[in-house]
Parts: sequence; C-alpha cells; structure tokens
Amino acid sequence: MASRYSWGADEHLVVQISEDMSLESNFKAMAMASDLESQHVDGITDICPANASLLVRFNPDQVPPSEVERMVREAEARLEGGTQQSLSTRIFELPVWYNDPYTNETGARFRDRHQTPEGTDLEFAASENNLPSVEAFIEAHAGSPWIASMVGFVAGLPFLFQMVPQERQLEVPKYLRPRTDTPKLTIGHGGCFTAIYSVRGAGGYQMFGITPVPIFEPKQEHADFADSMFFFRPGDIVKFRAIDGAEYERILAEVDAGTYRVRQAPVTFDLSEYEKDPDAYNARLLEVLYGN
Amino acid sequence: MAIEVLEPGLATSVQDRGRPGYYNVGVPPSGALDLYAAAAANALVGNDVTAGVLESAYMGPKLRFRDAAVVAVTGAVVPVLLNGQEAPRWESFEVRAGDELSFGILQAGARIYIGVSGGIDVPLVLGSRSLYALGAFGGFEGRPMQAGDVLPVGAGQGRVGVRLPEGLIPDYPKELAVRVVLGLYDYRLTDEGMSSLIDRPWKLSPVADRIGFRYSGNTLKWRERKQPFGAGSDPSNITDAGYPVGSIQVPGGVEPIILHRDAVSGGGYAMVGTVISADMDVVGQSAPGTMTRFTPVTLDQALEARAVYRARERDMIAATS
Repeated sequence: MASRYSWGADEHLVVQISEDMSLESNFKAMAMASDLESQHVDGITDICPANASLLVRFNPDQVPPSEVERMVREAEARLEGGTQQSLSTRIFELPVWYNDPYTNETGARFRDRHQTPEGTDLEFAASENNLPSVEAFIEAHAGSPWIASMVGFVAGLPFLFQMVPQERQLEVPKYLRPRTDTPKLTIGHGGCFTAIYSVRGAGGYQMFGITPVPIFEPKQEHADFADSMFFFRPGDIVKFRAIDGAEYERILAEVDAGTYRVRQAPVTFDLSEYEKDPDAYNARLLEVLYGN
Repeated sequence: MAIEVLEPGLATSVQDRGRPGYYNVGVPPSGALDLYAAAAANALVGNDVTAGVLESAYMGPKLRFRDAAVVAVTGAVVPVLLNGQEAPRWESFEVRAGDELSFGILQAGARIYIGVSGGIDVPLVLGSRSLYALGAFGGFEGRPMQAGDVLPVGAGQGRVGVRLPEGLIPDYPKELAVRVVLGLYDYRLTDEGMSSLIDRPWKLSPVADRIGFRYSGNTLKWRERKQPFGAGSDPSNITDAGYPVGSIQVPGGVEPIILHRDAVSGGGYAMVGTVISADMDVVGQSAPGTMTRFTPVTLDQALEARAVYRARERDMIAATS
C-alpha cells in the first residue's frame, strides 16, 4: 500500500506506512527519520519513527507545512529508490529475571483484571502461544533479538519487536482492564510487542520479569547515562538473557556501585540480508555482541 | 530571592514555553497549558516570555515572598488576595518581603498563572524549566509543589501597574467550539461515527489534566474490518503510533481524549483529528462540565488562526512594554 500522509493540525505531519506491523515498515520509518535528521532542518523540532509510521513535529512559524511534506516525501522517494538499505545501530544485552517475585506479586494484586484469575501472566502467555511450559515461553522470549521499533508513550519506554518470522512471533493479548501499578523496569508484553516500563505506573501489558539495568535516569548518575537520560533509541537491537534472583541482586549492586556496564556493540542492520535468512542473520548479530 | 510555598494549591508546577526536541524518546513538549496567559504573566512583570511561571489547576497556592518583587496573575477568573486584600488580575502589582499571596474560589477557566519579576529560576532540564511529572524531571525537583518548598527566583526588574487592555484579556466560556483538523485515522470511522464526533457537543469530564482532556456524551462507530497484525483486537486499536500533541483519540469509541502538552507520545488508539495550535490554550482553560464542539477546519484555516494568535500575542507584549 502507498503511505498515507495526514496533518496533525498545523504542527504535525503523520505518515502511515502500513496498517499492520512489519519489520519492513518499521525499517522504512527509521530510515526516513534518519534521512530527515541528517538534514537538520530549522523548524522541524521532533522526528519520531514509530512501529509502522512516522510523526514529524514542526513549527510552522519557521517552516511551512508544505515544505515539510515535500522533504518527507523526498526522503521516502530516496528510500524507494533503494539508496538506503541499512541502518547504523547497536546491539546490547539486557539481563532479565523472568518469573520474579516483584511482577508476580503485582500480577496477583490485579487478577480480577486478567483473562486467567487463577493463573499467572507467564502461564497465560505460554498457553496463548501453544508452548508447553513457562520455561519454554521464557526460552522463546530470550532466544532471539528484538528491535526497538519505537520509543515513547512515556519517557524512555521502548516498544520491542521480535526479530523472527511472523509465524514465530510471540503474541499475547493485553490485560482485560489496565492495572493501576506496574513495577519500574518490568518486561511487559501486549499484542506482538514487548515493552520495558521505564517508570512505575499504570499498564495493561502482561508482565514477564524485571531487569536490574536502568533504562531511564533523569538524574544521569550512572556512566551509561553520561550523555543522555534515555538509554533506548529507536533502532536499538536488544538480546534478553535470563538470570536468576542471585544474579539479579549482584547486577543491582554493581549498578548501584556504578561499576555495571551494559554489554553492547555497534552493528549495521541490513533488512534485505536479514530477510534472506533471519536465524543466520541473528546468529551473526550475536557474534558481534559476544565477540566470538 | 525566594518564595515559600505555604499551601501548594492543586497540581501547581513550574512551567515555561516547553521542551521541544525529545518526543522521539517519549518526552512531551510540556510547557504552560495556556501559553498566552503564561506569556502575559511574564510580560506584565517585565520578564522575557520564556521565563518560568507557576501554573495551578482550579486552586491557587498560598505563597509567602521572602523578598520584594513585582507579581502578575493571569489565566482563570479567581479572586487574587495579597495579605487578604483583593489584588488585580492581568496587572502587575508590588509585593514586599513577608507578603502573602493567596486565592479565592475559581469562577471561570481552569488554570491560574503567577508571574514573578526575574522568573521562577529552577534549573533548566533539556532546555526547559517545565515540570514533566510522568518523567519526574524539570520543574521544582521533578514534582508538583508541596507545602514547605522554597522556590528560587531570578533577578528582575518589573514595573508596578502594568495592565492589559480589556480586549487582550480572554474570557473563559462554559461552551466552546474547538477547531480541529480531521484526519490521521478518521477513515476508520463510519459516516455516522464521524457525524457523532462533529455534529454534537461533548462534555468535559473531571479527567482533565496536563496529559489529556477526556470528554463524554456520544459513542462513535468504527468501520468493520479484520484487525491488521500488530494492532489490538478492538476496532479503535491501531498498530502503536506517535500521537500528535492535541490529537483526539477515542478508546473503545467512547470518551474522546485530547492529548495536551504532557501527552503520552504514542500508543495504540486511533486518532481522528487534531486540535489546532491556536485553540490549545482554550482547551487548557476548560473546566470539567464545559460543553465542547469539535469544529472541522482545513490546514490553511489552522494556519490563519495561528497567525491571528501570534498577532494577538505581539499586541499583548507591545501593550506591556
């Protein structure tokens, strides 16, 4: 389908690339955003790639909307011309204590809003995906990389899309009614997206675990936040690693001491190479991350 | 120079003209919900319009000034009291060291702005003094004001008795027509759904804060379809997308929400249009119960309205200098 351009009144242009989610649409949104960013246009204040769309915020006192539209359409045309097939980004590892007591306790408090009042979020997720056990579900969740297809909702919160063919993607409905509480740094999942709650608060995603690694730090106390209070950027690739409670506590202590560093490496993500053989491509990405 | 907060009022926060540039990582622009009133509060006390002001919702704070200053109160219609005596609105006046500023019961509008010569001088975070409460940064220590806080004030020199002519003071009616550019995902509505959106008034619910304004009254019908992969199961769901500031989303087809300057930056609800920039202030000043019509306009009309707004803002600044 052709992209759909629409005005968000006089300060926004929204480009709907596709109605469904796909890595291809997301890649297009990110590539268009990166093209526009590189032009440093006065008056374009925010360039926000989303899962399958792009939001551009501008100040019409500085740049006429028609001019913004022309530039965005040109960026799209350049992409269609095949000049940009790869994205410079990074891959990193995020340890997750799956099936942890914090999210389990929170889940237990809001059972009346859940599809399975008697079970847990992870049991529900396993059964929805026809997996034999919670362990098998965790293995599927931590087994392949995810890409930050969008950062937002609230400050620093990544939406993550699993880098596997669609038939293997984990899908779980959201809670029937949203909770009023979610622990900070919960690994949640709704539809086909995993999200990491950057702040404590309301939420409707199923809760699978918690990471000891901060992803949003307004006070910028730790070294990983020296340049920015936000860890995630659109296009980041993340590999989860299942850890137990003891390791969670150990990493938490390192984070508090300021000695913990996120394992990460720069990578170039090439969509067409990925699509030829996702599993082989992911294996190569992990080689970059783990340096062997 | 400092101000003691004796009573915080309701949702009182430091705001300025906002923090563009970080929406791609989920940080909204923030800034005063009524930018015109905030700019006037600054201009009346001799500040640049970008200085920090206090914004309160419905209930003003009680403040004690440790030092002399020039103050102006703008925005909602509310009695302004200096040491218990009525003080003017939309006009600068003098406060002396030890004076107490307080407020009576709100009569119209929703948000009160307090400008102080020198400006409320909390640190800039990502280029702005505005509180972004969900992210717990900006403003005074990343949170709304509490009793006992001591607010820093910059150095400034204002003149006493500067006032705006009547024609530059807005009124805050209980019935509003808010101009909207339709679009975004409005193709998902049936014709009947679109007609319920724009042909009938909506009532502002009590859920009206810096993040969004929720309305009730009608139900919108969506076109039948097989939901695309990645969108939720409800017909009002879309594959999560960026939300324009001012966009109107309609979760479940009931209770449209206008996102305001502390907007959540994106999510999975279809948006059917966006309030024009020139009308965001009047939305910010609407109190629960306000009957609101969404009036469709074109982009060109939105730009004309913006030009009128800017001209009025220039007139306001000229009238204070």
